[in-house]
Amino acid sequence: MFMVKYITDVFSGLKSLATGLRRTLYYFTHHKEIITEQYPDNRETLNLPERFKGEVVMLHDENNEHACTGCTACELACPNATIKIITKFDITPEGKKKKALDKFVYHLELCTMCNLCIVACPTDAIKMAQTFEHSVYDRSELTKILNKPGSKIREGVE
Amino acid sequence: MWSFSNISQFIDNWLRATFNPTWTMVIEMVIAGVGVISLFALLGLVLVLMERRVAAWIQIRLGPNRVGPGGMFQSLADTVKLLVKEGMTPIGADRFLFNLAPLIATMVAMLLIAPIAFAKNFQLWDLNIGVLYVSAVSSVMVVSILMAGWASNNKYSLMGAMRSGAQIVSYELSAGLSILAIVVLSGSLNLNDIIMSQADGWWIFKGHIPVIIAFVIFIIAVTAETNRAPFDLAEAESELTAGFHTEYSGMKFALFFLAEYINVFIVCAIGATLFLGGWMPFHIGHWQGFNHVMDYIPSSIWFFGKTFFMIFLIMWFRWTFPRLRIDQLLNLEWRYLLPISMFNILLVTLIAIFGWHF
Repeated sequence: MFMVKYITDVFSGLKSLATGLRRTLYYFTHHKEIITEQYPDNRETLNLPERFKGEVVMLHDENNEHACTGCTACELACPNATIKIITKFDITPEGKKKKALDKFVYHLELCTMCNLCIVACPTDAIKMAQTFEHSVYDRSELTKILNKPGSKIREGVE
Repeated sequence: MWSFSNISQFIDNWLRATFNPTWTMVIEMVIAGVGVISLFALLGLVLVLMERRVAAWIQIRLGPNRVGPGGMFQSLADTVKLLVKEGMTPIGADRFLFNLAPLIATMVAMLLIAPIAFAKNFQLWDLNIGVLYVSAVSSVMVVSILMAGWASNNKYSLMGAMRSGAQIVSYELSAGLSILAIVVLSGSLNLNDIIMSQADGWWIFKGHIPVIIAFVIFIIAVTAETNRAPFDLAEAESELTAGFHTEYSGMKFALFFLAEYINVFIVCAIGATLFLGGWMPFHIGHWQGFNHVMDYIPSSIWFFGKTFFMIFLIMWFRWTFPRLRIDQLLNLEWRYLLPISMFNILLVTLIAIFGWHF
């Protein structure tokens, strides 16, 4: 019994090593699989993976309207207080007061690109952009207001 | 026709005609020494570049491609960097042993190059116990590693050196036994005789499965002996910073680095000589026409081709397998490789006695 186990051990070990060797030989001989991006040289044709996350942006359509209701779900979801939502009260045509977004303050310098705010957002108002050239000379430039000036909430988004 | 043996013969004749025998001897030794050192430098540059390229391609990367055309001068630039760096000696270190250790590492590599036949009739020292000499001298390597680890006065260095000692002492056994398989088959310890015994086919083809098993064991054992991944416990970057050469910098570190690559070249050259026929072209039995065509390819190209094939095999292992733990390492040797190679050598002896090989 011992000998059988010993021999099967040797052969299964060799087989698993051969599997690994076959995989690396495949990569060695197939150079089209190379995933290196020679970054500053190919700035225009950069091929970023789908899941690469660079910064949080707010989506605006052509009428300068966004989908943020100012519900602060993203602010609550953020683990390091990157997002601060400042709300105001709009007067609707019926004369009612309605809570609306005033400023979406985003501290890029605190953000870890964890994607929790995007998951938390009920109206898909924000998403992760693939930009990554974030260096600036003053850290105050990293505090961004994500909603564009003069933008308002899209009709029908609650 | 130009060949290494013709050139060396011509130089020898010219020296003998010009100087008396003593001076001829001295000048030839100087030429051989310079030749070996320049071979070392060249091999260091080529192998480092080759390793980085192989590593990159296996890991789906591009590898060095900025310095020179296609990154060709990368290792040259690295050498210049190492040359201008300061060679520090720690205050608590044993200064003499600390500075001696890298020299011993390179000296062992230099001694090992003596019996290797690079081409037909081109060898520094035709030794009648070549195989024994190689396996004996290669064990001195562990002395330099232990010396470096001990003299550094650093816990990581000492730990790396101790691991390396355990590893080299155990893997020498199975390396020796797999070399012995070829010695049994060819009936000689002389590397030239072993090459000549492969004139009608290399041992890896002539010797059936036992020689293939010996070849696999040889590759595993020499990878362990040269302290390369997956057996690089002596360095183990993620555990021991850099193992036995943690405290080394500048040119002293470069000597260790060089010695590692030279050792890889040497063990691959020995492996190519024993199993793949050294400089012997690819011959099949008595196919005169085919053998004749193969003879047109110069013997040095055969030797370096085979050696670099072996080096590629070892690099391929290095970048595929993860590092073993020390207990797994010793388990592999004492529970698997040693019993298998002992059984294997019995099989090889049977084959040699009954003449079952081709």
